[in-house]
Amino acid sequence: MRSVGWLLVKDLQILRRSPLLSGLLIVYPIVIALLIGLALSRAPSKPRVAIVNEVPPGQAIHIGSEQITVAQYVASLNQDIIPVPVQTRDEAVQKVRSGDVLAALIIPQDIIARLSSGLQQAEVEVIYNGDALTASYVRSTIDSQLSQANAELSSRLEQVAATEIDLLLHGGQLQAFGADVNILGLEKSKAILDGVIGSTKEPATKLALTPVANFASLGAANLGLSKSILASVSQPVHVQETTLSGRRTPLDTFAVAVAVCLSLMFVCVLLAAGSLALEREENAFPRLVRGLVSPEALIAEKVLLAGICAWTVSVAMLFGIGAFVGLDYGRAGQWLIGLAGGAIAFGALGVAIGAVAREVRAASLLAILSSLPLAFLALVPSGAVAGGLYDVIRVVCAVFPFKPALEAMNAAINASTPSLGVSLLHLLIVAAGFAVLARLALRRFV
Amino acid sequence: MTATVVLRADGVAKRYRSRDALRPLTLELRAGELAALIGPNGAGKTTLLSILAGVIAPSAGSVDRLPREVGWVPQQTALYGRLTVAENLRLFARLERVADPGATVARMLDQIDLAERAGDELSRLSGGNRQRVNIAVGLLADPPVLLLDEPSAALDPRQRERLWGFIASLVGEGTSVVFSTHELAEAERYAERVLVLADGELLFDGAAGELGSSGDGKHRDLEAAFVAFLAERGH
Repeated sequence: MRSVGWLLVKDLQILRRSPLLSGLLIVYPIVIALLIGLALSRAPSKPRVAIVNEVPPGQAIHIGSEQITVAQYVASLNQDIIPVPVQTRDEAVQKVRSGDVLAALIIPQDIIARLSSGLQQAEVEVIYNGDALTASYVRSTIDSQLSQANAELSSRLEQVAATEIDLLLHGGQLQAFGADVNILGLEKSKAILDGVIGSTKEPATKLALTPVANFASLGAANLGLSKSILASVSQPVHVQETTLSGRRTPLDTFAVAVAVCLSLMFVCVLLAAGSLALEREENAFPRLVRGLVSPEALIAEKVLLAGICAWTVSVAMLFGIGAFVGLDYGRAGQWLIGLAGGAIAFGALGVAIGAVAREVRAASLLAILSSLPLAFLALVPSGAVAGGLYDVIRVVCAVFPFKPALEAMNAAINASTPSLGVSLLHLLIVAAGFAVLARLALRRFV
Repeated sequence: MTATVVLRADGVAKRYRSRDALRPLTLELRAGELAALIGPNGAGKTTLLSILAGVIAPSAGSVDRLPREVGWVPQQTALYGRLTVAENLRLFARLERVADPGATVARMLDQIDLAERAGDELSRLSGGNRQRVNIAVGLLADPPVLLLDEPSAALDPRQRERLWGFIASLVGEGTSVVFSTHELAEAERYAERVLVLADGELLFDGAAGELGSSGDGKHRDLEAAFVAFLAERGH
């Protein structure tokens, strides 16, 4: 054990003498933590959108007794855009072309007439610039805002229609042509008709009024249903969300788990692979293993070295990101355990790579070439690829440490499933496998 | 009086798949003996030294010393370039479990005459100085046997002279030294015993003068005698 300690001190001395590498180890977590923290904590800036309102001032959409002005409609768009009022369509197009605004929304003069008619669909025009990167984001933002505004308008229409239906059904006062008109309503009409039919002695009158009473009854019953129908038409599909297992993981904290695991993997794998290969490049390996240190102890020392460095870097990074993203510090103990499990498994993968590659440069290259695809594979969601291929990806991900490390950190940060204990067990099994592989590969080291 | 046997290799051999790197051989080293191991390239010199040092396991046979009881100086410097001279010596002294690493390192620095360069990174030293540190590491545990694989290969004549003076002092103190070399003049000058290996086979074990008198005995020097000796045996 003391030999492992002396070797550890030696490797830390070598690291300290490599300013580029040790600088990278210090700067890397700070930069990554800042970038991820800023990316997750700041929403993207609102796009500037030119608004051309061609509707004469004061005009409003009249729906029954309700009034909606164009200004109210435009105001509902303002939540996620910065409106830039302009006078004409040409001016708006010019602003889009010059890049002063990312898009323009043209509200035509006839929108009031079309909406008020109840017969024609109203239209607005949206002009985008051709920048592929921003167009996608702006288009989705404006589409979303227009849908929201339309939904609000639809809801107002539904409310007005429901009020009118209530009036027809139950009766009441209706304002028309500046005067209050008393509406009897179908229910009262039927009651009156039933009273007349019951009291009249004349069969002809009874015969004539009965179909009218039945119609009033049928009309009342169907109008009663029409409010529900209107509601279902205005929002045809209502989404009820159910998460089948575990806690629902917020996207930003999952992104934190991914970022921390990527950093842990890179630092750990590169350091373990490089430091083991360096023993051979310096010709020190034969001198060490002739009775001074066993190959197993040397593997353990490299895993420990890479694990300690990567763990420290990742902890610093996690707490750094925590300054920007709301993380539950009550779970900090589990973060540290999860990171330790990941560090051991990534360290074992690193020594296996170092033992197979045998040279520092080859080991570093192999570490990067193998780690990156494995990380990407672990992030492929089910359903994104064919079933058979996904099964293969699952097996590959289970053999390498990134997926279980990500699951461990997701469990530690977000209390998701599988649990931290299960993920740690998985990591330890993977670590043992790679340590055995490293030991076998060391036979070719001398 | 015969000196004590300090190392015995009994029937050691090494086979790599179908190739015999070293055919079974037995040899003994006595205290204070200085032996040269010579032979053409690929003869098995490094393989024999590596087996005696415990770096590689023999396919057959055994060595009666534990690896840590044998000092080993490989042909290429087996040290850390980013560590200083003193740090390298201290690390290996600790790994060798030397009783007083600090005192041992100071003694070694004096012995190899590098005390003034103790704080310099090894990578900044000349090849000759690195080789001196390399040898010092092999001597840290004060082993009774020291194995040197082509120790003078990277040295200039002055450094060689100092190296052989240093080795002579070790032998004088009772340390057995075996060194491999292609410089037959060195073997002739310093070694009291010469071992000739060719194609993994030990062909000769005796005094340099005996090798020179082989055949018709009319050789101008050991190198000529060595070439003739190998030719006689089909190598």
